[in-house]
Amino acid sequence: MNNNLFFRLWGVPILLGLVTLAGLIIALVRDGFWDILSSFLMAIPLAIIGYCLGRMGREKGK
Amino acid sequence: MSAKSAKRWFWWHKWSSLVCTLFLLLLCLTGLPLIFHHEIEELTEEKHPPSDHQIEGEGVSLDEIIRNGNQIYPDQVVRYVFWTEDEPGLVYLSLADSVNAPPDNYIILPMDESSGLQAKEPATAEGFMYIMLRLHVDLFAGIGGKLFMGLMGMLFVVSIISGVVLYGPIMKKYDFGMIRTHRSARLKWLDTHNFLGIVALVWTLVVGVTGVINTLSDVVLGLWQQGQLAEMTSAYVDAKPLDPDTFYSLDLAIKAAEDAAPDKKTALVAMPGTAFSSMHHYAVFLRGTTPLTSRLVMPALLDASTGELTDMRAMPWFVNVLFLSQPLHFGDYGGLTLKIIWAILDLVTILILVTGLYLWISRFRAMKTANITLKETKIKTALLHE
Repeated sequence: MNNNLFFRLWGVPILLGLVTLAGLIIALVRDGFWDILSSFLMAIPLAIIGYCLGRMGREKGK
Repeated sequence: MSAKSAKRWFWWHKWSSLVCTLFLLLLCLTGLPLIFHHEIEELTEEKHPPSDHQIEGEGVSLDEIIRNGNQIYPDQVVRYVFWTEDEPGLVYLSLADSVNAPPDNYIILPMDESSGLQAKEPATAEGFMYIMLRLHVDLFAGIGGKLFMGLMGMLFVVSIISGVVLYGPIMKKYDFGMIRTHRSARLKWLDTHNFLGIVALVWTLVVGVTGVINTLSDVVLGLWQQGQLAEMTSAYVDAKPLDPDTFYSLDLAIKAAEDAAPDKKTALVAMPGTAFSSMHHYAVFLRGTTPLTSRLVMPALLDASTGELTDMRAMPWFVNVLFLSQPLHFGDYGGLTLKIIWAILDLVTILILVTGLYLWISRFRAMKTANITLKETKIKTALLHE
């Protein structure tokens, strides 16, 4: 598999995985501001789920 | 990936999921209220009005608080004394019929540290949250149930990994987030299943693996008791048990432990004769004061007749792994926002499980129909050739 294909397939999943992992660990190691940053990071995959499921709902409605 | 190896991964994905799905559904459903157990308890518990007995200054000694607890429950003994970070100003007494009663024999009595009196209704092994907890942890079946749930958790991890491997060949030609809504219900749910699975991947994997580690808590505890704790108390193996009336002041014992570890605070005290101590020691478990070290504890053993510190050590690595896997499973370390995120991801996991189950059932049905058609064709051909 060439690089382009690999990143098209795995780019977003890897990025989301790293974001989630960072969110999970940051809140464990630091408090205060870092808890907020952690929640923000963890909310990114949720926002993507919301967006894609919402789009699915709209397409179905057409 | 060759068709043959894809088939093999699919076999693993199908069977590991099929076996664990119903248990995982139970875990997700019971886990949902457990994420918010602190908030739910706060809403539902009755608070005792603050008493007039308020004592100025330092408050009441722990020894007196324990005496008060013993007066409220005269036929019970205090096994553990602990503090939580959520409720400053309260100290909890865990009482039981005897020091070596089973773990589910307990009354947890919240006491006000400044007045020395009961602060709230005691918690016992009953009620909605207790049922949720036991269904989640061990299906009311003790250590066996716990280890069984651990096995289900391992299958869940296998199904996650095999699912990720299958994501590659399925999504090769499509962009991330593709959900085919207009083709068939099956394709729509397949794409949704794959999409949710890959987005929630790291969270499900972390909560799954830390959940499995948590099911090993009894094993870890047993190893620690037989290893480090036995070593730390070896000089006292042959000594006679102490009479509770001759116990040295717990306040002074705790002070001695905290003086020896100035950067730590007492989290829990195990009284002499309990599973976490010896017949002769107060075991004072000290936790650190940073977010990370507050999750780890360090045992200090103090002679319960003299208050002398006899040993203090850092816990072995496998106990620390267990302690660190707890917050990562519970989601209780980043405030209410993190708990809400935990709950949403829990619901997403339920969706992944349900769509997976739907896909299997619809495939099963399709195959059955195909089989029948195949049989009919065979019969017809057979008849034609007669």
